[in-house]
Amino acid sequence: MAKPGDLKLQDGSRIAVIGGGPAGSFFAYFTLMLADRVGLDLEVDIYEPRDFSLVGPPGCNMCAGIVSESLVQNMAAEGINFPPSVVQRGIDSYVLYMDVGAVRIDSSRREARIGATFRGSGPRDVKDVKWDSLDGYLMNLARDKGAKHIRARVNKVEWDADPATIPLAERRLTLKTQDGKSQTYDFVAVTTGVNTALLKVFQELNIGYDMPRTTKAHIREYYLGDQAIEKYIGASFHAFLPTLPNIEFAAIVPKGEYVTLALLGEDIDNATVDAFMADPAVKQCMPPGFEFDKIACWCGPRINLAGSAQPYGDRIVFVGDSGVTRLYKDGIGAAYRAAKAASTNVVFHGIAREDLAKHYGAFCRAMESDNNLGKFMFAVVRQIQRFRFSRRAILRMAMEEQKRPPTAHGGMSMVLWDMFTGSAPYGDVFKRTLHPVFWSNLAWNMAVCLVGRQDVSRPTQSALESGNQ
Amino acid sequence: MDKGALGKEYEAGTVIVRQGETGDCMFVVQEGQVAATIEQDGQESMLGLLGPGDFFGEMCVFEKQPRGATVRALTNARVLTVDKKGLLRQITVDPTLAFNLLEKMSARIRTLNSQVAWMDGEQNLRK
Ligand SMILES: Cc1cc2nc3c(=O)[nH]c(=O)nc-3n(C[C@H](O)[C@H](O)[C@H](O)COP(=O)(O)OP(=O)(O)OC[C@H]3O[C@@H](n4cnc5c(N)ncnc54)[C@H](O)[C@@H]3O)c2cc1C
Repeated sequence: MAKPGDLKLQDGSRIAVIGGGPAGSFFAYFTLMLADRVGLDLEVDIYEPRDFSLVGPPGCNMCAGIVSESLVQNMAAEGINFPPSVVQRGIDSYVLYMDVGAVRIDSSRREARIGATFRGSGPRDVKDVKWDSLDGYLMNLARDKGAKHIRARVNKVEWDADPATIPLAERRLTLKTQDGKSQTYDFVAVTTGVNTALLKVFQELNIGYDMPRTTKAHIREYYLGDQAIEKYIGASFHAFLPTLPNIEFAAIVPKGEYVTLALLGEDIDNATVDAFMADPAVKQCMPPGFEFDKIACWCGPRINLAGSAQPYGDRIVFVGDSGVTRLYKDGIGAAYRAAKAASTNVVFHGIAREDLAKHYGAFCRAMESDNNLGKFMFAVVRQIQRFRFSRRAILRMAMEEQKRPPTAHGGMSMVLWDMFTGSAPYGDVFKRTLHPVFWSNLAWNMAVCLVGRQDVSRPTQSALESGNQ
Repeated sequence: MDKGALGKEYEAGTVIVRQGETGDCMFVVQEGQVAATIEQDGQESMLGLLGPGDFFGEMCVFEKQPRGATVRALTNARVLTVDKKGLLRQITVDPTLAFNLLEKMSARIRTLNSQVAWMDGEQNLRK
C-alpha cells in the first residue's frame, strides 16, 4: 500500500476534471497555477458537455448567480476581477421583507461588492445576448492557464486494472464518454454538481464515497425591463423570510433587464411557489400589477442539505456541490475555497486517499461543522418567525441601526447581512450574536415590540431606494 | 457607473487614500488610472501610476503602519476595496491566496532595486 505522500503528481501527469462549472474551472485553474509556480508540468482536461454561450437551460447551471462579497474580494486578491460584462448587476444593499415590514441594509462600505450574474447566457426568451456567462468566463480562465475543454459527458469511471490485485501506484482511472471514447488519468476531480446521475457510478466504484443529501429548490426568471428594475428593484438583493412551512429563504435578484427569483428550502413544489407569489411582501417588491405567470425561464435544481462524508479516495477528489458546500449560501464561493484546498493538496501533498483525508478532508470537515451551526441558526430564525413581536423586534433593531453610522460589532444589520448574503461563515455570524451589545439591544427591541402592538412602519418605495427609512 | 460594475467610482482628482491615515483595507483598480504620490519634507514625488488589476494600500494589510502614500484618481476610476480582516483570515486558511500579492510586491521591489542601482550609477558618474 502507498504510504501517505508516496503517490504524487509528476511532470506529465494527466488530470481529468469532470464538470466545467465553478468547482471544475477553479480546480483546473488553481491546480495549473500552483503547478506552474513549482515547475510541475501537468495536463488537465475538463469534461463539460454544456455550451455556456447558449441561452436558457442548455447553457445554464441553475442558480441565483450571486457572487458573494467575500468571493469578489478573494478573487481580486488572486488577480481575477469580474468584468461588467459578466456581472449583470453590482449589488450594494439588500432589503429584507417580513410580513411585519421591510428594512433596507446597506453594505458596510457603501460599495457594490456583490455580483449578480447569469451562470449561462441568460433566460430562455433572450433574443440579443448582451453579457457573458459566469461559468463560461471561469472556464476561459482555466483554458488560458492551459486546461483543455473536452465537450463531452462522462458516463463511466473505472479502474484500468483490478484493485484487488494491482497496487495503487500501478493503476489509474479510466473515463468513458457518451460518444464511446475513453482516456486514462493519474488523477480525477469530480466537479459535476448534484444535478447528475453520474454520482451513482462513484458509489459503485467502492472508494468510500457517499452522495450529498439534497432537496429540490426553485428558480424563476422574469423580464421587467430597465425602467422597472431601476424603479422597484435597484441595486439591491431582495430577501424574504416568508412564514410558509418549507421555505427557509427566498430572494429576488436584479440582473440586467431581468430579475431572478430563487426559493430555497425543502422540496419546493409549484403549490409552495404559488403561495409565495401571493405573499403581500412579494407584491410590495415587484411593480404594481406585475403578471407573475409571465415566466421567462424556470428550473427546479437540487440543492445540498448535507455534504458527502468522504469526498475523496485514491486518485480522486469530489469538489464543489458533489463533495461539500455551504448550506444554502455562497455555493460558488464554497466551490472556490474547496477547489483551492483540493488543488493545494494534490500539488503539494499527494493524491492517495490518506493524503486527501489529512488536508482536503480537514477543510471539508470544517465546512460541514460550520453548516451544522448554520442549520441551528436557521432553526432559531424559524422560531423567531413564529412570533409577531419577535419578527417586529428584528426589523426594528435593524432599522434603528441603519439610521446611525456602522458600529464595530455590526449589530443585527451585520448578522442579517452575513446570514443572507453568505458573506461570512455561519460561525462568524453566530459569534456576532454573542456580543453583549447585540443581546441588550435585542432585548430592548423585543420589550418595545411586546408592549407596542403596531407593526414596524413599512418603508415607502423611495425610502427603500435611498436607504432612508 | 455601469450597472454591472463592482467597486466604487472616483472622479478624476479625488483622493482615494491619504498618506498618514490608518487603513483597514487594500484596493484593487478595476477601471481607469490612479496615481500614487508620497510627500516628504513638503515635497510631493510621484511613486507610480496604477491601472486595472493593480492594487495599492496592501502595506496596511501586512504592517501596522499608517498609509505610506496618497493615491488619487487620475482619470475617472473604479476601485474595489478588499477588507484587511477578511483577507488575512482567508490567507490563514489558504496561504496560497497570498502568492499573487507576494508576486506583485516582489516585482515592485525588483523595480525599486533597479531604480536604486540606476540612481547609484548616476551618482557615481557625477563624482
Ligand atoms: C436555487 C439555487 C440558488 C442558488 N443560488 C446561489 C447563489 O446565488 N450564489 C451562489 O454562490 N451559489 C448559489 N447556489 C449554489 C450553486 O449553484 C452551487 O453551489 C454551484 O453551482 C456549485 O458549483 P459546481 O461546479 O460544484 O456544480 P455545478 O454548478 O452544478 O456544475 C457542474 C457541472 O458539471 C457538469 N456535469 C454534470 N455531469 C457531468 C458529466 N457526467 N460529465 C461531464 N460534465 C458533467 C454540468 O454540466 C455542470 O456544468 C444556488 C443553488 C440553488 C439550487
